Amino acid sequence: MSKTATKAVSRKDMTRAQWTWKEMKKNWVGYAMIAPFIIVFIMFTVAPVLVSIVVSFTDFNMLQVPNFVGVDNYIRLFLDDDIFLIAIKNTFIFAGIVGPSSYLMSYMVAWFINELEPKIRALVTLIFYAPSISGGIYTIFGTLFSGDAYGWANAWLKQLGFITEEINWFEDADYVMPLCIMVSLWCSLGTAFLSFIAGLQGVDRSLYEAGAVDGVRNRWQELWYITLPSMKPQLMFGAIMSITSSFGYGSIVDALCGNPSVDYCAWTITHHLNDYGGSRYEIGYSSAIAVILFGIMIGANKLVKNLISKVGK
Amino acid sequence: MAKLRTRKHKVVLNRSVGGDAGITTMLVILGIFMLVPMVYAISQSFKPLDELWIFPPHLYVINPTFRNFKDLFVLMNTSWVPFSRYIFNTVLVTVTGTLGNLLFGSMAAYALSKIMFPGRKWIFTTIRTSLMFHKTCTAVSNFILMSALGMVDSYWALIVPAWGHTLGLYLMKQFMETNVNNSVLESARLDGSSEFKTFWVIAMPMVKPAWLTLIIYCFQDLWNAGSSIYIHSEQLKSFHYAINQIVAGGIKRAGASAAASVIMMIVPVMVFVISQSKIIETMGSSGMKD
Repeated sequence: MSKTATKAVSRKDMTRAQWTWKEMKKNWVGYAMIAPFIIVFIMFTVAPVLVSIVVSFTDFNMLQVPNFVGVDNYIRLFLDDDIFLIAIKNTFIFAGIVGPSSYLMSYMVAWFINELEPKIRALVTLIFYAPSISGGIYTIFGTLFSGDAYGWANAWLKQLGFITEEINWFEDADYVMPLCIMVSLWCSLGTAFLSFIAGLQGVDRSLYEAGAVDGVRNRWQELWYITLPSMKPQLMFGAIMSITSSFGYGSIVDALCGNPSVDYCAWTITHHLNDYGGSRYEIGYSSAIAVILFGIMIGANKLVKNLISKVGK
Repeated sequence: MAKLRTRKHKVVLNRSVGGDAGITTMLVILGIFMLVPMVYAISQSFKPLDELWIFPPHLYVINPTFRNFKDLFVLMNTSWVPFSRYIFNTVLVTVTGTLGNLLFGSMAAYALSKIMFPGRKWIFTTIRTSLMFHKTCTAVSNFILMSALGMVDSYWALIVPAWGHTLGLYLMKQFMETNVNNSVLESARLDGSSEFKTFWVIAMPMVKPAWLTLIIYCFQDLWNAGSSIYIHSEQLKSFHYAINQIVAGGIKRAGASAAASVIMMIVPVMVFVISQSKIIETMGSSGMKD
């Protein structure tokens, strides 16, 4: 850091471009170190994203030469596509519930178990983390809430006299959303959770000592004034994870309720996107959906970033 | 410094018995919610056929049997590509993809957070923003690019994109910022250590907890990868794809299917347990905090 400070004095003698060039030459090793990652990243992420954004203004369908159609795809989405509006509604309901709940749950559990003895902590971490690491294990809910009498929930509700007819859990519009939300929460203690645990272990212990001297009275104050502010980068990382997974969800619904879900009651933007992009090959139209989802997620990210900057104040 | 965090000391520091009890109760309730479906999934795989269709179903097994696993292995032997090939494919892709991502991602993360080169903020913003773009739409352009590079229908189509997995870099960058002390790096530089050496010898050991997270995440992502649009040859397909194919036989294969989901689950869980014990142990003694 001291190097840049001394440079800043001589900076006045140079134009901005000259100074930038000088800094670039001095720190060339930085570019060398990001190069392997950046090359792959540009090839497989940046370029395709830019291409998709351009394609969203065309009628590309893999068969004919694409024509430029301006914002027609976007107009069609909002004015002509009733299912898309259902998808937006469902996505917001889902993301609005699962995103914040899974985020808070991940943080609270990580924070609670951080105080346990290392051996017990490892075991408890495993119990909470296992559902999300195990890939498709959530399909077990299909068996637990199976629509016939062999489903665990139906069998016991019947046995205990709460219901007389089996409930067709995943084909009844009243139950699909709540169940999918429950299953998503069940396997939502994932990467964000792990990064919180790791982040908590990296908090400088001497800060707690200092805090106790400065009058931090209980664990909640300690959390708010010391722990949370020292792990803001992890909080931001967890937020991005929650946003991308809660807005991009869909595979749980497909596995449990079939595709499409009954009356589109759990149909989300991702489903709509996969439907047009993956099944109908209307790439232009599906790119427009992706751009809208992109915009929504960036907005959510901005919002969360503002919230996190208020932590500890 | 770690010594300060003994049990006795913590009670003195702002902890109440009531709070401890409340938190423990909450953890136990949540833990049961987490465990029950897992236990059910595991016990399903050990149930003999008559118990799979018993009314009302039990969470536990009465007469555990390995029959479902045996059935699964018999089914595996009927596939015309030997099953070991699918396993090899998945292991190869998972290991090379994960290691490449760990190495390239951490190196770039170190440079972005610790070397003050012009443009780093702009680059990082691009990386973070790209996380929000849905994969389905980039698939077409990716496919065109890969066929131009001759990577379609080869392992490279799965491995190379994993190296540039954004999440790994993002995670590493966040940890480089909190866990790596600038003054330590500065003194290493004054001692004449090159940036590469500083990164490898000093910064990397300080972010070991992040390795675990990255390895687990990347591993699980690649392990669970099913069929891919970039791969057509049967002998290059993944274990996950193959196992799903053979158990998709309806009620008759319910037992084998339960066994398959347990096998798919056990590997990432083992990787997690092993890497956790290795990394967290070393972390306690490495004295990463000054």
